[in-house]
Amino acid sequence: MDAEAAKYIGAGLATIGMGGAGIGVGIIFGNYLSGALRNPSAAAQFFPNVIFGFAVTEALGIFSFLVALLALFG
Amino acid sequence: MSSPLDQFKIETKVPLEIGGINASITNSSLWMFAIVIALTAFFLIAMRRREMVPGRAQSVAEMLYEFIGNMIRDNVGHGGRPYFPFIFSLFMFILGANYAGMLPYSFTVTSHIAVTFTFAAIVFMGVVVIGFAKHGLHFLSMFLPSGTPIYLAPLIIIIELISFLSRPVTLSVRLFANMTAGHILLKVFAGFIISMGAAGGAISALAVLPFVMNIALSALEFLVAGVQAYVFALLTCIYLNDAVNLHH
Repeated sequence: MDAEAAKYIGAGLATIGMGGAGIGVGIIFGNYLSGALRNPSAAAQFFPNVIFGFAVTEALGIFSFLVALLALFG
Repeated sequence: MSSPLDQFKIETKVPLEIGGINASITNSSLWMFAIVIALTAFFLIAMRRREMVPGRAQSVAEMLYEFIGNMIRDNVGHGGRPYFPFIFSLFMFILGANYAGMLPYSFTVTSHIAVTFTFAAIVFMGVVVIGFAKHGLHFLSMFLPSGTPIYLAPLIIIIELISFLSRPVTLSVRLFANMTAGHILLKVFAGFIISMGAAGGAISALAVLPFVMNIALSALEFLVAGVQAYVFALLTCIYLNDAVNLHH
């Protein structure tokens, strides 16, 4: 297997990690929604925490995308 | 065939060398100058007449001030007041750099790990120096939360140390990879529009699909630009809290 093919395969494999990040982001917003449906008046107060949790979790998905880019172009 | 990665290329505009170090003016540094000048001009002009009932520009400036002020007060408390100018400048520069990257034909300054790692390194070094200056060697008690059983201590300290040392890495890579990934996505879909439009026939009519996708992605990129600047500033406040108030 030459290096070019291995790069493409490596990049494809690295993107598998984003599945976990997607699940994590879904968990955050799902929990926020179920909490907001029970207590709508308190929901807006905690929205900044939701955005912070989303950004930190999304970062891990972006890290796996970074590994894919490094495999492809590094 | 140009690659979607060409937009991140650094081009030297004015070659300079200071003491053997390449200090050239590049497209990246030109955009940094432009962002700093634009932000400074905005705040100077907005706050020129300090009205009690603010006009539009002064309202925006005051809202940004209060946003960061509340963030620091909620996360660091009263001891964070001296660090407000630093965190405000950091937040405004990253916000300005992220949004300047959304302008057509612009260069995204924060899409380079050199830039974002500099910010993260300054924050990390600052936190370490402030922690040791304020608490001396007692700062190291941060790595062993109170109430852990003594037999777990070696493992906990190693885990906490690794997690602490990974802070500058995650802080910088989060911002850099978000900006880079977003802009690569935009370029890739823009390439699809061109290649589908040039294909002719039925495929040309379908070229509107990547165009609509690009509109949605641009909206997402505007959101991500703001969120990433906010998260960088918020994490800086949280790390500062660990250093200033030691109750881990």
